[in-house]
Amino acid sequence: METLACIKRVADTGAEIVLTEDKQSVDASAVGYTMGPHEECAIEEAVQVVEEEGGTSTVLSLGPEDVEDQIYEGIGRGADEGIIMETDGEEWGPESTATAIADGVEERDFDLLFFGNESGDNANYQVGIRVAHQLDLPVVTGIKDFDVDGDTAIAKRDVPGGSEVFEVDTPAVITVKEGLNTPRYPSMRSRMQAKKQELEVLDPKDTEDRLQMQELETPEAEDSEAEVLGEGPEAVDNAVEVLEEMEVL
Amino acid sequence: MSSNTLPDSAGTVIIGAGIVGNSLAYHLADQGVEDILLVDKGPLPDPGGSTGHASNFLMPVTHSKEMTQLGYDSIEQYREAGVYDTSGGIEVARTKEQMEENKRRVHSAKAFGGHAELLTPDEVKEKVPYINEDILEGGVYFKDAGVADSLQFGEICRERAKDMGRLTVSPNTEVTDIFTDGEEATGIETDRGDVEVEDRLIIAAGIWSPELAEMAGSRIPLTPAVHQMISVGPIEQFEGIEGIEYPIVRDMDHRMYERQHGGEIEVGSYSHPPILWDVEDIPSIDEAPLSPTQPPLTEDAFEESMEHALELMPEILDDPDAGIRHSIDGLLSLTADGGPIIGPLKEFDNLWSVAAIWIKEAPALGKEVAKWITKGYGAIEVDMEGENIARYEEYGQGMDYIEARSKEGFRKIYGTIHPSEQWMTGRPLRQTGFHDRLEKFDPMFFESAGWERPRWFRDNADLLQEYQETINELSRPHEWDRRWWSPIILAEHLHMRDNVGLIGDMGFGIYELQGPDALEMAEKITVGRMDGDVGNLVYTPVLDQSAGFRADLTVVRLEEDRFRFITGGGDAGHDKQWIREHMEDDMEVELVSKSSALGTMGVWGPKARKVMEDITEEDMSDEAFPAYTAQEVHIGDVKALAMRISYVGELGWELYAPMAQTGHLWDTIYEAGQEYDLRPVGTGVYGATGRMEKGYRLLGTELKTENNPVEAGLDFHGVKDADFIGKEAYVEAIESEPAAKLCTLSVTDHNPEGGVERYPLGGEPVKDLDGNVLIDDEGRRSYTTGAATGPSVGKHLMFAYIPTDVAEEGKELQVEYFDQDYPVKIERVGSKPLFDPGNERILS
Repeated sequence: METLACIKRVADTGAEIVLTEDKQSVDASAVGYTMGPHEECAIEEAVQVVEEEGGTSTVLSLGPEDVEDQIYEGIGRGADEGIIMETDGEEWGPESTATAIADGVEERDFDLLFFGNESGDNANYQVGIRVAHQLDLPVVTGIKDFDVDGDTAIAKRDVPGGSEVFEVDTPAVITVKEGLNTPRYPSMRSRMQAKKQELEVLDPKDTEDRLQMQELETPEAEDSEAEVLGEGPEAVDNAVEVLEEMEVL
Repeated sequence: MSSNTLPDSAGTVIIGAGIVGNSLAYHLADQGVEDILLVDKGPLPDPGGSTGHASNFLMPVTHSKEMTQLGYDSIEQYREAGVYDTSGGIEVARTKEQMEENKRRVHSAKAFGGHAELLTPDEVKEKVPYINEDILEGGVYFKDAGVADSLQFGEICRERAKDMGRLTVSPNTEVTDIFTDGEEATGIETDRGDVEVEDRLIIAAGIWSPELAEMAGSRIPLTPAVHQMISVGPIEQFEGIEGIEYPIVRDMDHRMYERQHGGEIEVGSYSHPPILWDVEDIPSIDEAPLSPTQPPLTEDAFEESMEHALELMPEILDDPDAGIRHSIDGLLSLTADGGPIIGPLKEFDNLWSVAAIWIKEAPALGKEVAKWITKGYGAIEVDMEGENIARYEEYGQGMDYIEARSKEGFRKIYGTIHPSEQWMTGRPLRQTGFHDRLEKFDPMFFESAGWERPRWFRDNADLLQEYQETINELSRPHEWDRRWWSPIILAEHLHMRDNVGLIGDMGFGIYELQGPDALEMAEKITVGRMDGDVGNLVYTPVLDQSAGFRADLTVVRLEEDRFRFITGGGDAGHDKQWIREHMEDDMEVELVSKSSALGTMGVWGPKARKVMEDITEEDMSDEAFPAYTAQEVHIGDVKALAMRISYVGELGWELYAPMAQTGHLWDTIYEAGQEYDLRPVGTGVYGATGRMEKGYRLLGTELKTENNPVEAGLDFHGVKDADFIGKEAYVEAIESEPAAKLCTLSVTDHNPEGGVERYPLGGEPVKDLDGNVLIDDEGRRSYTTGAATGPSVGKHLMFAYIPTDVAEEGKELQVEYFDQDYPVKIERVGSKPLFDPGNERILS
């Protein structure tokens, strides 16, 4: 079975997000880059399916040259191959990204195409669905439980009060959510070997995005709702006072 | 009182609640300081500084006596607090060269009071079953090594100080400005309000310290730098282990370590290319995904380290199920010489830096600094000149310099550093006015406190032939012994003793005290009498309150109310810090630095008078210009201060002239000297062979805060009437029997077991013939403080403090050097020179 995990390089941030001066992206120069947690699960699932069913697992990312870091990370976590769809560094919207990925993988015989349910930064919830649409493949989204039975993919997602189970024929697109599995950590050896692996480089065609990002802004910082009332026994009086004010006591 | 209260004022304010700030807060409180406020911009217990990601292990044995002492004291403190796991530690050797270094570790441990023992590869395997012993030559084992919980220790420190009612802690409080009144720090501005500083402000903020110093308009010379580490697990063999069970392993050949903790193993490296950070680029606590000091691992830089780790521990690390669970570029502080930055800042009496300190020294330094602050420098037990911020007072504060040296120094971490190894970056920084003249003789420059000083001149190689017989007897066949050394030094020495040498630049630290109270101030800090006539020249110790050495220097009375102090280039900052500290407010006296204004050279040797007589207007005869006096003289066109003293034990003069005229002065002397076979001579003679033959001591090696003048044989001044710092303790020392005496030793057999002759270089333990290291009544161990070959006496010489009951001339002892004992003999007890004991040459 041939599996694909598509991932996006995103800034690794703390509580406060710093924007670049032009407000077009997040300044991650001091904090670094990563991939979203959903996508870590997408890779793990792509790898696990191949481990059980045989075949090849591939990690793909669209973005500037530096996205190779995240692709190597994916290979370190067990994927067999890597594809980089190299851009000039401008942020692409979900529509053009999906078009480029669909064009890039159209001729390849992937049985399962895993995506994160939404990207770790912009969260447009679109790319997986658009790729499926362009390739005329079935798609199920928000998946937190997955299995393969022959040519059938069995995908489950949580809904209020229970869960929905989908059975789709492969090839299919699956967008997954954190919790689907426990992503493995790369071993030292696999991480080192990943770096030595040659990535396939594709030249994606930029198409128009109807959705245009104008500018990022950070929300007004809210005052912390937490207040330190003290440490140890000293804090008791203050705590009692607050609880009394709240009329809990 | 709530722990998060921010008071309006506090006696002592400490910025930074990492291992340093916490240790210091506790020790200050413990020593009676009231009203301490500890602030940090981060939350507790981990405010996000370097302490929070530290590996926390302590391998206490180093080649530095002070660092070894501090390491052991820190272990004691962590143990006492119940936060220390004694796991033992091993430095493994993959190469024969590293195994040699291990032997040196063992002799350093014996010299400085630590424990270390050599291991075979099988013995390493026994202690670390998962190691690949096939690639090892062996190891050195430190049984006292272990791992501390530095965050918990911090908490314990704070609790103890709070229980004494002396500490208020204010986390989540960011200092945004420091207020000063020109002389003192008066307060801090924080995002939670201002705090008035009543007594002192201490910056203990690690990598952020420079930013804080800048708020006060001062500088703390350090830079943030990366130390890479990853944690790998789960390790099958470690299943079920909590805490630390296996020894810490240092892979010294590759400057890495592996440390088991619980079910994982941490792999850390100093072998990657140095990565420095600008303090301004460090993210805030809110911006940082992990913490401000834990940016993501720069993977490419770590790759080679991973390969080395896999080679060393394939059994556990090369397991596909053991994943890299955590990986960071941990930020820590680096400095130009790798040492901490401690002490009051020059600009403000009450503003202190206590920064660039590792987990393994922090509790001990916290204790020492607290003593320094509360009771004065004389109260400390570990000499701290190497850590004193004042060492950079006259040079080395530029960011380019700090960065270049930090990068170079990063590569020395875990490295095998020869005791004479020279820094290569940031040079040349300080050059004398006749530097170009020196260069004509193909010098080998050594650097001292930024000054370029010729160690020897390759152009003097022709002298090797002339003195072949003596030199062959004393040449050093082993590469380590002759590294950073040349037999030319011995040839220059012998030539000077037979003819005349021109030595310079000495790179001295020079400063003057002037004003109506100059005499009073000079008397206050020196043991020797300062009230002699103008021209009077005094070589004198400067003592701390306990009569330990604070400085040793030459003072000349230039005018009734003007004294010139000549000290080591690296000591000028400390001296001036000391003087500033003890200058009373109502004293009318000014301290003026002259280190860069004056150039120095010395003309020494039996023919020195002939050379000088040819070129000076003044009468240079012994009657007109007796030994140990100073006069202004005109040498050709240049007016210079001539001082008839000698650190090499010869007739001659030390000359001080305006820096701009020293090139001309050199030419005049050099040209006149040709008739008398004058040669340029390097500091290999001035600072080593000459002084050792003459029993002349050196600050920082023989003279430290733990030694007094009686022990050092420098009590010849007796006790003057005038009061001076340390007088009481000095008198007491004179009136009692010293526990040890500084002796001159010589090696009597350089290859007792056959094989290659060895020449110990200093820092070795001195043992009795049964192999026991000598220890005096005060618990101090005997070790060789310095070593140099004395060609005029035909012996390899060393200095060592020897317990008084053992210190007899002719006494046979031994010195351990690279796992071999070498027989030595006490040649002299006290300061009596081995060469020319009657000082006839100087007095001639």
